[in-house]
Amino acid sequence: MSHDHTHSEQHHDAHHHEESFISKYVFSMDHKMIARQFLVTAIFMAFAAMVMSTLFRLQIAWPDEKFAVMNWLLGDKWALGGKMSPEIYLGLVTIHGTILVFFVLTGGLSGTFANLLIPYQVGSRDMASPLLNMLSYWFFLIGAIIMLGSVFIPTGPAAPGWTIYPPLSALPEAMPGSGMGMTLWLISMTLFIVSALLAGLNYIITVLNLRTVGMTMMRLPLTIWALLVTAILGVLSFPVLLSACLLLVFDRVLGTSFYLSDIYINGTPLEHAGGSPILFQHLFWFLGHPEVYIIILPALGLMSEIISVNSRKPIFGYRAMVGSILVIALLSFVVWGHHMFVTGMNPFLGSVFVFTTVLIAIPSAVKAFNYITTLWKGTIRFTPAMLFAIGAVSTFITGGVTGIILADAALDINLHDTYFVVAHFHIVMGLSAILAMCGGVYHWFPKMYLRMMNKKLGYAHFWLTFIAAYGVFFPQHFLGLAGVPRRYYTNSAFPLFENLVNIEELSTWFAILGAAAQFIFFFNFFYSIFRGEKATKNPWGSNTLEWTTPVEHIHGNWGEKLPVVHRWAYDYSKPGAAEDFIPQTVPLAPGEQDEGRGGHP
Amino acid sequence: MVTLLGWLVFILSIIAIVRLIKIYELASEMRGGKPQWEVTESDNRFNARMMIVFGVAFFAFCFWLFFAYKDKLLPISASEHGTHIDWLFNFNMAIIGVVFVAANAVLFFFAYKYFGSKKNNKATFFTESHKLELIWTVIPGVVLVVIIFLGIKTWNNITAPAQGESMVMELYAKQFDWTARYAGKDNKLGRRNFRLITDTNPMGLDLTDPDGKDDIVVHNEFHIPKGKQIDFKLGSRDVIHSAYMPHFRAQMNCVPGMTTMFHFVPTVSTDEMRKRPEVIKNMTEVNELLAKKGEPPVEFNYLLLCNKICGLSHYNMQMNIIVDEPAQFNEWISKQKTVGETISASTENKTDNDKMLAEKK
Repeated sequence: MSHDHTHSEQHHDAHHHEESFISKYVFSMDHKMIARQFLVTAIFMAFAAMVMSTLFRLQIAWPDEKFAVMNWLLGDKWALGGKMSPEIYLGLVTIHGTILVFFVLTGGLSGTFANLLIPYQVGSRDMASPLLNMLSYWFFLIGAIIMLGSVFIPTGPAAPGWTIYPPLSALPEAMPGSGMGMTLWLISMTLFIVSALLAGLNYIITVLNLRTVGMTMMRLPLTIWALLVTAILGVLSFPVLLSACLLLVFDRVLGTSFYLSDIYINGTPLEHAGGSPILFQHLFWFLGHPEVYIIILPALGLMSEIISVNSRKPIFGYRAMVGSILVIALLSFVVWGHHMFVTGMNPFLGSVFVFTTVLIAIPSAVKAFNYITTLWKGTIRFTPAMLFAIGAVSTFITGGVTGIILADAALDINLHDTYFVVAHFHIVMGLSAILAMCGGVYHWFPKMYLRMMNKKLGYAHFWLTFIAAYGVFFPQHFLGLAGVPRRYYTNSAFPLFENLVNIEELSTWFAILGAAAQFIFFFNFFYSIFRGEKATKNPWGSNTLEWTTPVEHIHGNWGEKLPVVHRWAYDYSKPGAAEDFIPQTVPLAPGEQDEGRGGHP
Repeated sequence: MVTLLGWLVFILSIIAIVRLIKIYELASEMRGGKPQWEVTESDNRFNARMMIVFGVAFFAFCFWLFFAYKDKLLPISASEHGTHIDWLFNFNMAIIGVVFVAANAVLFFFAYKYFGSKKNNKATFFTESHKLELIWTVIPGVVLVVIIFLGIKTWNNITAPAQGESMVMELYAKQFDWTARYAGKDNKLGRRNFRLITDTNPMGLDLTDPDGKDDIVVHNEFHIPKGKQIDFKLGSRDVIHSAYMPHFRAQMNCVPGMTTMFHFVPTVSTDEMRKRPEVIKNMTEVNELLAKKGEPPVEFNYLLLCNKICGLSHYNMQMNIIVDEPAQFNEWISKQKTVGETISASTENKTDNDKMLAEKK
């Protein structure tokens, strides 16, 4: 053991001298550094998106008021005298959605945790291709800069909603944001997709080829299963979004008619003929629906790990969990039509999508029940990460059940594009994923920054966030049930909605509370990077391989020898063991059986 | 001066925070002992109790919202199929309501009950149970099959082509208003073509089409007769809009380049709806709030809203819908000018249009 340790130190030193500042911190090819780069970028983007949402929540709750803060942040052009203009309202709504869906919960979540955990937990020295990995970050960063930058151009950012349906997004004369703003959106997303594909291929190859000795597929931690399947989903679906965007670019620039036909706008009939705006929606949602699982699966993966470690119990139904990840992934490709029930699609097709969509509730329910059963008779340790993971299970349930309503085409007729939908997807996908991501940050912070985050601040952060999260979105169901559409700049054009305005106000108050609570996190995060308590090797008593590496970061993760895996990742509180955890590297005792193989030798 | 003071306060508070942190760090160093990050039994107990407090408060909040707002939601459905939608919604809601409460309650309760402590320090090693997993795969499966079956049945009934006698009319969207067009006596809509659109012919009606002569075009509000099937054809001339009529539980997108359809039978006239107690109560509230803002009172009206983001004034694209008793409706419609009548009233327009058609040819 001590022999290994000296080796690792030498190894570490040797590399320390080779690396310059640029190659270590900027153009790094080390998965641990790239993970941190993704995380910090995502935190910054999430902060920007949060500020945007606070501003438009103020507008929708008090449309007649003037806010100095709006004028201060948006300037005279967008908020003269503190009154937000409709252009920037829709622009902020659009960029808020785009940033959170793609740059935070796809790039940020997978980028951080796939990079950090895949090599660590499969027992590999790095990604299969560190170069592609580095490129994926830089494409991501440039895309993020362009997306954020587009908010500041004179004509304003893209504003047709994050789903950018043409013709609104195709015709600059349809709204100001559809000119330069939309062009930048498309460029940014193209870069993002390149990043996602480079990263995804790398993740898949690493998991399939670079597992260490003994790490069979059924011994992989659920985090890795989730990240692997997510990467496969991304690689299969993002190219479709890229083609959808390319065709849109052709329509915008070359005068083709993929999505346009019979349009009269701005005093002129357009020459486009024979296209269909609905085609875009099919292509978009062919990515768009798997996309929500690209977001939620890694979150579920992180939750599995955090809940099991902190319940000091094996995750319940490991094989069912793997199975449900696979079933969810498979079904996610055949449900996209449920976003399009009221586009005039063939009713029979609608029925098919009802069937497939409602089916996806079964594997989702299995996952939720398995988390709950994992808690049962555990010895729960409430680290901040554990709180976030439990919170994420709760939002996954609460948001999940309303999915059954929206999957029912007949009910969707009346709820489509109302606040009910906003409440549903923010709770099930937005909140679950962001809570799980926060949990992941608290849990793996010691592995990323070699220090610990402050526990008490973590508790305060969780409880305020959790309260605010439900406070913002739960009331919005009722707006939807009252028929209030989403993406309205103000509801005051409809006097009938007047007595619902206090729901909007309630929701906004909680949004302000939630935003304020995030400053606790930002402080804790950046403070702990520099001054947090020093981390120990395995602070949570975990079984997975990342905690067998030395406390400090070394290039190649382990010293000379890679770890050898002898068991599954969930031997917590196993009867007969001296401690309440048995790392995966510990050989099986004579007569002991490996539960990962199913418990049926 | 104020700005300067503001900055001064800002800088001083930063310094104060930095000093406080220093003090905190020194204090924790002096205490020594266990590292701060390790979770203690009292941490566990605190968070476990918070789980229960949160769970109770959360359910209380949900029920309060439900009872506070249930009467402010949409009134009873004003259409035949809407009644089925509402029934199906309540049925599904009852099921998911139970799941929502039960699953969350169990989650918060387990999180509370099994917190780690000196008493509870040995977790049970429990990896899987095929029986349990079978139960919670099969039971949701069966329930969901029922939901799917009822859902598809309702959906098919609503979307099946209009059967029997119906009144054809068109809802036509553009940035940012609606136009309604009745098919007239022949119940056939005349052709329209976006290339014929002019300032005086904003729908691009083809005035040479005999089917279109008796069409009737109205703005701002349209009337429909109670008890009669209305077969809507929907169109748009620029971007995608969505014709949303929440009181009738009806919605369909308007897509440029294609015609979409939706049909329903209105069952409650505007007058009847205005007399319903919950509507009266709601409108009193609304008018009190409007009075506070210094705005004139309004009466209840069925609405047609745009529910697909369509540009800057998306939030204000509306039309009132009046459901009349059939006799009232017939009287109203007989007073409206047909397209043919409007043209002969203004011959200028006609020549304009003829000229344009001639040019096209």
